[in-house]
Amino acid sequence: MDSLGIDVLFKGTNFVRLLQGLWISVEISMISVAFSIVLGTVVGMFMTVRNRIVKIVLKTYLEIVRIMPQMVLLFIVYFGTTRVFQWDISAEAAAIFVFVFWGTAEMGDLVRGSIKSIPKIQFESAYALGMNKFQTYYYIIFPQTIRRLIPLSINLITRMIKTTSLVMMIGIVEVLKIAQQIVEANRNSSPNAAFGVFAVVFLLYFIVCWPISRFSVYLEKRWA
Amino acid sequence: MSELLKVTHLQKAYGDNVVLKDINLSVKQGEVVVIIGPSGCGKSTFLRCLNGLEKIQGGEIAIDGSPVEAESRDISKIRQKIGMVFQSYELFPHKNVIDNLLLAPVKVQKRDKEEVKEEAQKLLAKVGLAGKEEFFPRQLSGGQKQRVAIVRALLMHPEIILFDEVTAALDPEMVQEVLHTMLKLAKSGSTMIIVTHEMAFARAIADRIVFFDEGEIIEETREVEQFFEKPKTDRARRFLRTFTFSKSEID
Amino acid sequence: MDFNVINEYIPLYKNALLLTLKIGWQGILVSLFIGLIGSAILYFRIKILKTFIGIYIEIFRNTPLLVQLFFIYFALPKIGIVLSAEVCGTLGLGLLGGAYMIETIRSGLESIPVIQRESAASLGLNEMQSLWHVILPQAISVSVPGLLANVIFLLKETSVFSTISLMDLMFTAKDLIGMYAKTIEALFLLVVFYLIMLLPISILGTILERRMRYGQFGD
Repeated sequence: MDSLGIDVLFKGTNFVRLLQGLWISVEISMISVAFSIVLGTVVGMFMTVRNRIVKIVLKTYLEIVRIMPQMVLLFIVYFGTTRVFQWDISAEAAAIFVFVFWGTAEMGDLVRGSIKSIPKIQFESAYALGMNKFQTYYYIIFPQTIRRLIPLSINLITRMIKTTSLVMMIGIVEVLKIAQQIVEANRNSSPNAAFGVFAVVFLLYFIVCWPISRFSVYLEKRWA
Repeated sequence: MSELLKVTHLQKAYGDNVVLKDINLSVKQGEVVVIIGPSGCGKSTFLRCLNGLEKIQGGEIAIDGSPVEAESRDISKIRQKIGMVFQSYELFPHKNVIDNLLLAPVKVQKRDKEEVKEEAQKLLAKVGLAGKEEFFPRQLSGGQKQRVAIVRALLMHPEIILFDEVTAALDPEMVQEVLHTMLKLAKSGSTMIIVTHEMAFARAIADRIVFFDEGEIIEETREVEQFFEKPKTDRARRFLRTFTFSKSEID
Repeated sequence: MDFNVINEYIPLYKNALLLTLKIGWQGILVSLFIGLIGSAILYFRIKILKTFIGIYIEIFRNTPLLVQLFFIYFALPKIGIVLSAEVCGTLGLGLLGGAYMIETIRSGLESIPVIQRESAASLGLNEMQSLWHVILPQAISVSVPGLLANVIFLLKETSVFSTISLMDLMFTAKDLIGMYAKTIEALFLLVVFYLIMLLPISILGTILERRMRYGQFGD
């Protein structure tokens, strides 16, 4: 039986290249999560506003994100908008834009949920003490929601990292794409390399995501 | 009359916390035993042990000669002989009244559905719930739910029924209807073990009073009137006094 | 936008939708099956199997479907396991979905008070009867919004099937963009067809969730 491709990974710089590809995924996720948390907090607060128009706009936004696969959004931004508006954006920028668009909605919904879970009387008693809206949120509401939100936002990071695997579809050379290239390049010398290489990619994703999601579960339990 | 339930040297503990120590009790067929005692004295835990809902650390429980063991293979069979009514009714919220009643007799005892249904309707009528067959639990009042729960237990034709503070969660005006149902049952010769805080009711229904405190049987007597008038032990006296107000204490 | 082009492409998308739905539902059925078995194992705390289920959940929840599919479709044949693209799609989606379904059903089961289980036991129901007749029906109705969210999530995930040459919606759009450069029309139809597939389920989910929150059995 031929080798299953683990040796291929240690040829030349192959393994280092894989790790570099993984780093690109992690980088895109981190940037996207950072933007999503900030924008999502704002959007989440707006979701609790009683204004009808604000409500309808945000509900539509949320529904789009809920229904449209991220891959479709990636295609729309990368292939669609460049065509319609004749502009030129890099695949990375398109990816980050889509992930922030998606992550902001997710984060917004989490923020809305945790604000809603605070009993109304907490708001009322803050107002009764003469606090304004900003003070109420800043001193009373956010401190109570933050413990619930942190584990959930950490969880968002793993979901982002998993979803970045899609960006190879718009031409970003990340870990899975590099894996494909390695398999292709060694097609003749090591025809079974696909097994080892893809198994390692599988493992790499797990090694990155698993500790993060365990950490999120740990925090959730500790702060529950 | 023969001995139906026999408890010998029963011990129950949660970790180091001993809840029941060395309980001995036997109940004869047709007897109505009322267990009273302060909160946390172990009386509810005792009932749960009798039904194999709690693992016990020592002693034996036998019904009709067969042992009740929480983790035995036959526990489901044994439990069919022991009915139980909970404080919080525990009807199944996704089933209407008649389906709540039919579930166990049909699925567990494999009895004929129509036959059980007929019997169920008769019993419902007896407890004043004729025509409520299609109602869901949440459409009934607490007192009605509890009467359904009693009928549900009865339909299994148990040899003994355990009542665990069945009126404790009810509004005062509903307590009576449930107690009346139980009184009727007692008169018809059912064997019952009742845990309750309703002293007047206990006095009226009991063949025997068992007074629990701190996981032990402190006093046990068939002289029910005597017990309520002049209990033998100090602890029982102190307990009974908590149900009365005397002017001198307030002053 | 060229409506002649759109008219011409509609049948292609229709076929793609049917394929997406077919594999999607197959995968969802597999995932529900895994979900029921897995959550029952966790509910009864069956030794060894319980650990096994835990590992399965962690693996499939912490890796992307795309990578799972690549592994099943490109890697497994190298050790002699050759599966058709359709089976790969069904299996991949089912295994991913199973990990989510187990969690959803399990938390539904856990939300039913223990005393309901005791109440069933006191009527002589054994553990299996109690789960089937008493606990599971209540747990499922608690879990319905979560289960529907999983269904939407899984149908969305089908968009990666194109990478293993299944001619689903994404594949069709990619093809039309690549071959004929009809980007706008291709993307427009892509969005429309995803809406057709997912909007009704999403609306149903919202309605059910509202019903769950304000009503219960017997309303």
